[in-house]
Amino acid sequence: MNMIVCIKQVLDPEAPLSSFKIDPATNTMVPVTSVPFVISPFDEQAVEAALKIKDAKGGKITVISLGVNLLRDVVKKPLSLGADELILLEDPAFIGGDSWSTAYALAAAIKKVGQFDLIFCGRQAADSDSGQVGACIAEILGIPQVSVAKKVEAIDGKVKVDKVTTDGYEVVEVPTPALITVSNELGEVRFATFKGTMASKKKEPIIWKPADIGAEPAKIGAAGRRIKTRKLFQPVRDSKCEIIGGETDEDKAANLAKKLVEVKLI
Amino acid sequence: MADNKGVMIFVEVIDGKLTNIAQELLGAGRKLANDLSEELSALIVGSGVANIAPEAIAYGADKIYVVDAPLLKDYRTDAYVAVVEKVVKQVNPRILLLGQTTIGRDLAPRAACRLITGAILDCIALDIDTATKQLLITKPVYGGNARAVYSMETLPQVATVRAKAMTALVPDSSRKGQVVIVDAGLDPAAIKTNVLQKVVAETTGIKLEDASVVVTGGRGIGGPEGFKQLEELAKVLKGAVGATRPPCDAGWAPDTIQIGLTGKIVSPYVYIAVAVSGASQHMAGCSGSKNIIAINRDAEAAIFKEARFGVVGDWKKIIPAFEAKVKELQSK
Ligand SMILES: Cc1cc2nc3c(=O)[nH]c(=O)nc-3n(C[C@H](O)[C@H](O)[C@H](O)COP(=O)(O)OP(=O)(O)OC[C@H]3O[C@@H](n4cnc5c(N)ncnc54)[C@H](O)[C@@H]3O)c2cc1C
Ligand SMILES: Nc1ncnc2c1ncn2[C@@H]1O[C@H](COP(=O)(O)O)[C@@H](O)[C@H]1O
Repeated sequence: MNMIVCIKQVLDPEAPLSSFKIDPATNTMVPVTSVPFVISPFDEQAVEAALKIKDAKGGKITVISLGVNLLRDVVKKPLSLGADELILLEDPAFIGGDSWSTAYALAAAIKKVGQFDLIFCGRQAADSDSGQVGACIAEILGIPQVSVAKKVEAIDGKVKVDKVTTDGYEVVEVPTPALITVSNELGEVRFATFKGTMASKKKEPIIWKPADIGAEPAKIGAAGRRIKTRKLFQPVRDSKCEIIGGETDEDKAANLAKKLVEVKLI
Repeated sequence: MADNKGVMIFVEVIDGKLTNIAQELLGAGRKLANDLSEELSALIVGSGVANIAPEAIAYGADKIYVVDAPLLKDYRTDAYVAVVEKVVKQVNPRILLLGQTTIGRDLAPRAACRLITGAILDCIALDIDTATKQLLITKPVYGGNARAVYSMETLPQVATVRAKAMTALVPDSSRKGQVVIVDAGLDPAAIKTNVLQKVVAETTGIKLEDASVVVTGGRGIGGPEGFKQLEELAKVLKGAVGATRPPCDAGWAPDTIQIGLTGKIVSPYVYIAVAVSGASQHMAGCSGSKNIIAINRDAEAAIFKEARFGVVGDWKKIIPAFEAKVKELQSK
């Protein structure tokens, strides 16, 4: 089983709102040094989905990440968990893209890797919340996709996926090669062992530049964008919360009930 | 360059009925079509769905394209993308809108990619830039901490719209429209996706999306027993129970009641958030609620910034006392 997992490095999406700033002149987010970089959470689950299949069936996991200033401690994490290889598309020409130009570069890299049965992506990146790169890679490669998976099982030449739906889930089967996007319903992800971490320190990533993957310069990064950002802004929150007081928690509770009845909310 | 005109809505049908999101999309599409002085069409895809056409017309569509074939009974990416590609190439709409649903989030990016255009998913506002006739698409990004306004030059401009972000029109059954039947033209051999099973979580009581009172528990609830208590309170208030992501991940509550960016979107009259910190990814699913009430022992919790009423304290003491008092007041 040859597997590929696409991971994106993002600023910790659960950092407090107070550390979130936007530069209105450039329509970009201003990174705050107190907020760490992490692997986008759904991508960690994508790695876990691949590791589970490797546990069951064996195989090789190649991890690909596109960006600049990719922190080795961050992007090497899958290696410490059991992934075999790390490819970085690390070049200024690759960044500033939209879902389409990012998918174009990732698909070109996947073609260069050559052999693959399954590709895993996160259901959406925690910064852009775009949720499209997986489907675009699948379209470019002409392979089936199943999105928002909570369980993935590989059975000779096919993959059986529990796909999360609004009111439950669906069991969907597609032939391999296929692309699966993974959601948090997959469950907890494993932790690195000391041995794994040490081993990953010794492993160096492979770096590919646009020319290495035969990418047309006009189709990657900011140059390849189909989507233009007109504006990025923070919504204003009007906070006028009335705190209901009382001697004890029980008093506060009773006062809340009275208040809600008084203003006809219940 | 094709002469793209008009707004097309991909309409979803469940159990022979137009979905709420489809009604909302038709309402939004009608407005955009009026702004452009162009036509609003609806694309209905499925098996045995042709009879939905009059309803879609009543909700605002001028023209309905129906692709009805047994092969289209279940949503399957390969089959549906082929159908959307075929109809869009035939009709050449300027704008194509879908719902941000299980189907829309899977279909929109793939169809857009095939049609060599762009898409924006999960948007909350749509406007026409009168100078360029381009669609301005507002979408929450960074987990709801920011909003982006996007546009694209490629056509059709594809977007999926979040539930409850748009308003449906009052249906008018006297509206007239045209129905066009389009042959699916599918090659069964080219459809590689198989839906083996559909599992629907059973729900008792009021549906979360429709409830006018929602009681939501967060990580601070601490276990499944706490959710039983919230269930009781919800019953007293004739509401439904929701959860943030951690209780669902931990198995204290079913995944299907997760509210937020990647869960359900609710906008009840009263939203009671119990031991919920108010992370942006959660608020993305409930900030449309008319009245948010927060119960949290941390006076600094972000949820108080969005609440109308708040109680600072331990939910374990507050919830039973609150429920008792509500019952007492109800019986008066
Ligand atoms: C890409 C992405 C998507 C996400 N999607 C979603 C989503 O759809 N929905 C969602 O909910 N989350 C989502 N999250 C997670 C989100 O960022 C938060 O981690 C989550 O909402 C926090 O849940 P919480 O408020 O229950 O827990 P916490 O943030 O841990 O807050 C628990 C709160 O309980 C209070 N508390 C504890 N004990 C008590 C007590 N005894 N009495 C009173 N108060 C108490 C604490 O003071 C605290 O404020 C997503 C995250 C990412 C990165
Ligand atoms: N820069 C990137 N490098 C590697 N994978 C990416 C990158 N951007 C997006 N992806 C993958 O595509 C998924 C969806 O991203 P998006 O469409 O941007 O929300 C992510 O969860 C990743 O698996």
